[in-house]
Amino acid sequence: MAHFVTIAFAALSLAFTAPAFAQLQDENANDFTEKLEIGISTDEIAITSDFRGADLTIFGAVDGFDPSLLAQGKYNIIVSLEGPKDNATVRKKERVFGIWVNTSSMTFELVPESYSLSSTRDIETIAPPGEMGNMGIGVDHMRLVPLGFVGDGSNLGEFRNAFRRIRETSGVYERDPGGVQFISSSLFKASVRLPANVPNGVHVVRAYLFRDGTFVAAKALPLRVVKTGLEQVITQTAHEQPLFYGFFAVLLAVITGWGASLLFRKE
Amino acid sequence: MSIYLPIAELSVNILIILGMGAAVGFLSGMFGVGGGFLITPLLIFYNIPPVVAVATGANQVVASSISGAITHFRRGTIDVKLGTVLLCGGLVGATVGVWLFSLLRRVGQLDLVISLLYVVLLGSVGSLMLWESLRAMRKAAKNQATPLRRPGQHNWVHRLPLKMRFKKSKIYLSVIPVAGLGFCIGVLTSVMGVGGGFIMVPAMIYLLRIPTNVVVGTSLFQIIFVSAYTVIVQASTNYTVDIVLAFVLMIAGVIGAQYGVRVGQKLRGEQLRALLALLVLAVGIRLAIELVIPPKDVYSVVSAGFGF
Repeated sequence: MAHFVTIAFAALSLAFTAPAFAQLQDENANDFTEKLEIGISTDEIAITSDFRGADLTIFGAVDGFDPSLLAQGKYNIIVSLEGPKDNATVRKKERVFGIWVNTSSMTFELVPESYSLSSTRDIETIAPPGEMGNMGIGVDHMRLVPLGFVGDGSNLGEFRNAFRRIRETSGVYERDPGGVQFISSSLFKASVRLPANVPNGVHVVRAYLFRDGTFVAAKALPLRVVKTGLEQVITQTAHEQPLFYGFFAVLLAVITGWGASLLFRKE
Repeated sequence: MSIYLPIAELSVNILIILGMGAAVGFLSGMFGVGGGFLITPLLIFYNIPPVVAVATGANQVVASSISGAITHFRRGTIDVKLGTVLLCGGLVGATVGVWLFSLLRRVGQLDLVISLLYVVLLGSVGSLMLWESLRAMRKAAKNQATPLRRPGQHNWVHRLPLKMRFKKSKIYLSVIPVAGLGFCIGVLTSVMGVGGGFIMVPAMIYLLRIPTNVVVGTSLFQIIFVSAYTVIVQASTNYTVDIVLAFVLMIAGVIGAQYGVRVGQKLRGEQLRALLALLVLAVGIRLAIELVIPPKDVYSVVSAGFGF
């Protein structure tokens, strides 16, 4: 069962009535009149025992736009959902004496564990690659900074490509060109996906507004993904009272084994 | 039907996990082994992070060994003194193994070492067992007795110092090879998530020449304690015991084992050993092929949380 989380939006009124909506980043440039607003109906997603990922629908609005440019489709919006960041190591196997062995590796510093990108159209056609690269929008433009010594850096490209490819094929990095749709002149709807093997922690919903290939405004909102109920108790115990947890795991095994031998002996 | 594993941090199909547990339980009941050598590779194959698979596999081994050990305890086929000497070596081995596990995980060679150990151990134990059981079957066909233990026949093991008398087993043996065997099994338990019965039983019979009737019970005795110790140590150093996964496996495993025992009782000893040998060899060959054929992707990504 998919979890649908609707992030409702109602133009400016929302901004006043809901001061709890934290803004991680407000890059509104004063030179432009356009304003981008997104709201969030929940700032927490619970991982339950039947969690199989979640689809998020985000509503937002562009304020102070130029109607003629909008009519020409010159406004583009990109919405991303970025997971918590962690170091990731890419390893490469090579054949050594007939068997395949990990021979080289590279660790990238603080890359998001999951990344879902949705846009009005293919992001490569929204703005020049240079601008996307500067802002780090999209899997291809994500900043992958190697940790430690990487020699002459000649293999940096292949490791970066391998990292992107593997994260995309495993489904934790996704993109949906066309996932953002205008539902009225200024109101838009974006869908992003939280994969099933989502890391828990603070995820960030980011929205970027582009006018005719130029970045105009951005907005970010945090989204906490938390384990709940039993799952949370288990994780907490495993990390905070590991010895007790270990003993309990053994006890459970003893009871199960013993119980089975008693149960089946009677038959 | 999916279930979220809180420690492995992923959703799995509960029916597949139940099926795996039941199948392995059936085989372990049939052959009288813990089944760790089957469950850990299966879990890894099902995308459970190896670090979680190994630690959780050890937990499942505790459950599946308990019921077997209780039966042997009732029959009085456990040599507690011998088991304790094995256990002393085992606990030291398990401690070294957990340390080795963390080290290999850091340098990124854990999966290779686990696979290599499996291939070498399963391959050699499987071949030896198959050869022995086929020979026994041929002799049985000719109506000859097949003594597994040949009294009076001694090897280098019996010339070692520090001898001790094990009354129940009716043997007089040096503690060095016994504790040494326990140590090796302990290392394997924590590095591979196996109980080690498939190695310990043949080693006790063929190498130490311990009477067959006490071998299985005594090895189970040692396996329970070493596996339990491994679970606790893994839980407190690597936080990788997934209790939800372990519990689902255990439940299916102990039920499967009951049916396995019934099927096992209908087969002759050497037939059982031959089948087990084939199973052990098959797992070994399967893992060997994986090491040799070019991988689908020569690159792999691990994040810091669950690196191995």
